[in-house]
Amino acid sequence: MKVLLSWLQEFAPFPGDDPVALGDVMSDLGMAVESIERIGEGLDGIVTVKVLDLRAHPDADKIQLVDVDLGDGEALQICCGATNLTVGDVVPLATLGTTMPDGMEIARRKMRGEWSNGMLCSGRELALGEDHSGIYILDPSLALGLPIVEALGITPDVLFDLEINPNRPDAMSVAGVARDLAARLGLLFAIPEPSVEEQAGDTGSIASVDIIDPDLCGLFHIRVIDGIKIEPSPRWIADRLSALGMRPINNVVDASNYVMLELGQPNHTYDLAKVPGGALRVRWARDGETIPTLDGVERTLTGGRDGVIADASDSAVGIAGVMGGASTEISETTTTVLLECAWWQPMAIARSSKFMGLRSEASARFERGVDPAIVDLAARRLAELLAPSGARLVQGSVTVNGELAPTPAVRVRTGRVNQLLGTDISTEQIISLLTPIGFVCELGGEDDVLTVTVPTFRPDTTNETDVIEEIARHYGYSKILGRAPTSAHTGSLTPIQRDRRSIRQVLVGLGIHEAMPLPFLAPGDLARCGLPPEAVTVTNPLAAEESVLRTSLRPGLLQAIAYNESHRTDGVALFELGKVFALPSSGETLPDEREHLAVALAGRDATAAANVWALLAQTLGLNDVVIDQSAPPAGLHPGRSGVLRRGGEQLGEIGEIDPGVLDALGLRERVAWLQLDLGVALAAPHGEHRYHHISRYPSSDLDLAFEVDSAEPAASIEAAVRSAAGPLLVTVSLFDVFRGHPIPDGRRSLAYRLRLQAPDRTLTDDDIGGVQRSVVEALGAIGATLRG
Amino acid sequence: MIDDITRIAAAAPALIAGASSVDELRAVEADLLGKKGELTLLKKGMGGLDPEGRKVAGSALNDARDSIEAVLALRRSDLESAERASMVATEQLDLTELLELPERGSLHLVTQTWDRLVDVFIGMGFTVAEGPEVETDWYNFEALNIPAAHPARGMWDTLYVDLGDPETVLLRTHTSPVQIRVMTDGEPPIYAVMPGRVYRRDTADASHMPVFHQIEGLVVDRNISFADLAGTLEAFTSAYFGGSIHSRLRPPYFPFTEPSAEYDINCVFCEGNGCRTCGQTGWLELGGCGMVHPTVLTNVGLDPEEWSGFAFGFGLDRLALMRHGVDDIREMYTGDVRFLEQFPS
Repeated sequence: MKVLLSWLQEFAPFPGDDPVALGDVMSDLGMAVESIERIGEGLDGIVTVKVLDLRAHPDADKIQLVDVDLGDGEALQICCGATNLTVGDVVPLATLGTTMPDGMEIARRKMRGEWSNGMLCSGRELALGEDHSGIYILDPSLALGLPIVEALGITPDVLFDLEINPNRPDAMSVAGVARDLAARLGLLFAIPEPSVEEQAGDTGSIASVDIIDPDLCGLFHIRVIDGIKIEPSPRWIADRLSALGMRPINNVVDASNYVMLELGQPNHTYDLAKVPGGALRVRWARDGETIPTLDGVERTLTGGRDGVIADASDSAVGIAGVMGGASTEISETTTTVLLECAWWQPMAIARSSKFMGLRSEASARFERGVDPAIVDLAARRLAELLAPSGARLVQGSVTVNGELAPTPAVRVRTGRVNQLLGTDISTEQIISLLTPIGFVCELGGEDDVLTVTVPTFRPDTTNETDVIEEIARHYGYSKILGRAPTSAHTGSLTPIQRDRRSIRQVLVGLGIHEAMPLPFLAPGDLARCGLPPEAVTVTNPLAAEESVLRTSLRPGLLQAIAYNESHRTDGVALFELGKVFALPSSGETLPDEREHLAVALAGRDATAAANVWALLAQTLGLNDVVIDQSAPPAGLHPGRSGVLRRGGEQLGEIGEIDPGVLDALGLRERVAWLQLDLGVALAAPHGEHRYHHISRYPSSDLDLAFEVDSAEPAASIEAAVRSAAGPLLVTVSLFDVFRGHPIPDGRRSLAYRLRLQAPDRTLTDDDIGGVQRSVVEALGAIGATLRG
Repeated sequence: MIDDITRIAAAAPALIAGASSVDELRAVEADLLGKKGELTLLKKGMGGLDPEGRKVAGSALNDARDSIEAVLALRRSDLESAERASMVATEQLDLTELLELPERGSLHLVTQTWDRLVDVFIGMGFTVAEGPEVETDWYNFEALNIPAAHPARGMWDTLYVDLGDPETVLLRTHTSPVQIRVMTDGEPPIYAVMPGRVYRRDTADASHMPVFHQIEGLVVDRNISFADLAGTLEAFTSAYFGGSIHSRLRPPYFPFTEPSAEYDINCVFCEGNGCRTCGQTGWLELGGCGMVHPTVLTNVGLDPEEWSGFAFGFGLDRLALMRHGVDDIREMYTGDVRFLEQFPS
């Protein structure tokens, strides 16, 4: 919503000397100032000139050479890109040395070899409205060399662009902004009473309305204005509309818009001659009903959703609150206008305009709720604006009521106000804050309890908290002193939040970067990664690449590796902690949402993933998890992958991406892969890290090499070693693996170093020999033989 | 015998000086003082002397031994220093001659910012709550006082998923549904922050992503007021951004809070003097906040007369971008290592 300072000043004596300070007050009231523009400022150096000659530029198609006269009879050459000039036009010229309102400085310069001694200006360049289609053509009778401010009769003004919150329908008008601002500044606010002479007659016998569906229309007010002569609006009206961003059209349309902007009451003018009998009917649309609207479009309406105004024959002549119909449109021949000022059900207009894709200044106001008490004033104001062109308001009006909720009376407790705001505001102070913005406060029987009647222009305010917000707003948020928190509560991370930090620490230390690919996938991404395609789909995606929710972190990380490879970065190591979404379990509405960890190491084989896993498992204290290679997971290398299993539970998958998947994604390097379902992995107790006593006695190492079947996992051999070695074993580590002669095919040698130690004595040869015997015996039982 | 001792003692320094390595010195020491050394042999011959002669010879032997040992120690120390010096000279390394730097990984900028924020709030006594990213209409809108067809729904461009009835299951548009879950699942007093990933139907550009992150705070207790909200946000602002940065609140509209406030901080680039980033205003808009709307409290079964609370929320990605001067949010989400590795911590 834009407002002009001069327009605001018609309602209260606002000081004009410091627009920035005034803007700060508006911002503090919740009408945030997005920009302040000073009209008429920066126009020094711009003068009237007459076009003497127009020539084509010898070297540029889009530039004309224009000779202009500043009043001295001399021809001054200007280069100009506009094409709306004819010889004899009087136009504004920014002379050399001028600083334009946007800060640009005008200097003599050559354009494609031709001198330009200034710049001819459009309306927008002069900060006079939005028109930039051509040079601003002035009255040809103007003297030449006249400062433009004088030539146009421009009065300096200030234009504020305000951001109005959806709960402030009152601030969708100049008067409403003025009311709020005047209240804060302690200035007297009043809407001037329109002075309009009425023409003898009886509106009631000329026009009528029948509200068929009262749940659509709360109030329908009709006036008739006679003696209409369609002509351009007076300059001051056109200028104000332009400044607020509306294009002037003719006196009737402009007066209608002016009243909407000034008082917040959208209204509609019908050519009375085109409304048979002046009779209107208000009802919900019928499904499939059509109407040609003002913009020349034939629109099809939806029953129960859209409202219409129909004529006596019941054909629609307007879409309620959204747009008027073409059949009753004002034209050059219009002499009598039927004026509609109505109150439409906000939700109805919101639905209708949203689904029709028709948002207008009118619908924006109706859907927030307009002031039903202002229809009469608005109608008379419109007639007042048209009076100079000879229009006369016909005596009498027609007002028909539909369903209109009464304005509520709200009980406001001073104690509650202060409890919620943390303030110490007195009841008297509350009254003095609320009264200027139209809230009527009455002291009831109870101490410090007010009965507050909400004004009709604040339909958003319906309960005590709403009123408290108004009190806070006008008291000033900045005056509410912050109370430093003195919470006796303790903050902490949950166990899983702490585990996440540990996981990230380990992975970053291992040289792995954390990535965050988007959780969206394109159809086919899952299949390309060797994963089942079933997934939750997005109903209204903006792009196909964002139409599927990931069921795995795999596609995102592999795509990130491909991206890096394509930018000549090989050997990329990435991890991600993020949610994946599977279709809901039966009976559930929401997807089966799980948090996964995935690690992808480009240029590394499956053992790299196994090493990362070993360190993670150690860090998190996840014991008893085995790598089960008996059934490799889908999309992973069949010979180099397995499932992470704890008992019957599957925690994740580990190994290497299937070469077929690598090909499908165009990946050059092999990729080691680890994926963990954190919810499952971290659900069981873990990470206790109990202290083990460190023996003071010397330790001894025992190296043993076994010949083992290749199909027997090293993990089982190690587990057997551990269990057979007994309590003297401190650590066991695999230090050599050997395949080939003299080991037969299908078998390999695994060499382990066992560190043995007793808590209470130095080990003897017998102790060590005993351990060796039991280990060899136990391994023999699973087909591993000690090598000499 | 005394003469022999004197001779040996006198000759010893030259022998010792003649040793040119620690090993040679060890041989000389053995010759002089060892089990078969000259002085040891003389000591063994002392048995044939009379008590007086034994006393004199013993004393002379000890003196000789002491003086030889002193010279030996000095020479040993010199030789050891020389040998260490020559070894060190051959072991010289150029510490800039490195073939391969071990790689260090990095935490994502969002994670770094997330952790920083969470740590500040934990210090202020908040716990950290989380919730699902796919939500029902109830948690994301209805419970937050945004009924269907409410014009305020237009404030969020919502992505729906094909589950349940049309437009009933969605990708959460803000972290606020976690508020509802925290209040539904627990009892006041509640002091919690809720960081998380949120979704909007938005085309990616330099300052927008369809997926981004927010952190939300919720306090519900007895006698919680707008002044507590202002004080908490001010305390957070100086703790996170530094003592010279302050906060201000001004009225906006949100359906789920009342009174509502827009939460601004002094521009962290110009400290409030006005610059390009803050559009010369000296302020940066950070997020929204307000007193929890009574309808929201009622929706989760809390009596607004007994309990009151405040909530606040703001975007996390922008803080990450601001801290490091990143001018395009999309950079954070490509997984480009050349970007990620720039922010080791």
